[in-house]
Amino acid sequence: MSLWLFYAFGAVAVIGALGMVLNVRNAVASALCLVATMVALGGVHVLLEAYFVGALQVLVYAGAIVVLFVFVVMLLNLRRDGFPPARARLGRVTAAAVVGAALAGLVGLALTLPETAVPGATAALPEGFGGYRRVGAALFTDYLLAFEATSLLLLSAMVGAVVLAKRRGGDA
Amino acid sequence: MIPIAHVIALSAVLFAIGALGVLVRRNLVVMLMSIELMLNAANLAFIGFARHHGDETGHVFVLMVIVVAAAEVAVGLGILIALFRNRASVDVEDASLLKW
Repeated sequence: MSLWLFYAFGAVAVIGALGMVLNVRNAVASALCLVATMVALGGVHVLLEAYFVGALQVLVYAGAIVVLFVFVVMLLNLRRDGFPPARARLGRVTAAAVVGAALAGLVGLALTLPETAVPGATAALPEGFGGYRRVGAALFTDYLLAFEATSLLLLSAMVGAVVLAKRRGGDA
Repeated sequence: MIPIAHVIALSAVLFAIGALGVLVRRNLVVMLMSIELMLNAANLAFIGFARHHGDETGHVFVLMVIVVAAAEVAVGLGILIALFRNRASVDVEDASLLKW
């Protein structure tokens, strides 16, 4: 049952991702495809028993980050854009072919390896695995320094974004 | 239980689509979204291995990645708005002043 749900969520995520990359009509539709991908990935996280992270995925990615994208797209009132003109196309086709070949190799490798190839599998999870209690305890004890560092990162990013996007006085 | 190989395969597919988006699209907004997609693929691998090993350290790393993604989007969209103000375009081909 959970395996089939995983396949369904995975299919939605891949279709949404393809829709985001291949849609050249408008950027808002791309952002909405990204929302579908993020929500599907949140479902996959819940299936993998990462409940807290799944909830944060939906809140932060599908909620905040994509709203920011949509806001900027509508603020800038973007025209439609297409794929590159023929002059620049050869390099990009090469890039796409290389990415496709690497992808095929990776997926083939991942699916043909036996299940025992990744050691350390645990069937029995501890009580409350993936809940906010256990994740929070790990975050605020073993990884407290990294957590504080992320607060500095967020502060500097916030100041940087305000400075970058601010209209200079005089020269609009 | 979901096999770890299938989780990694899904993660690889999403990462490749994100890389493809950065390589073939010219719209800076869509390129930023593709970068988000690649970060999400990495998150999925973290979650899959956390489930596989029964260890929540992967979840903590995913939280860090989410914070980095949020910071990156804020700064990236700030640069985007500054670029649009100067060039009236978000096409990366128009921002070629530093290109060799």
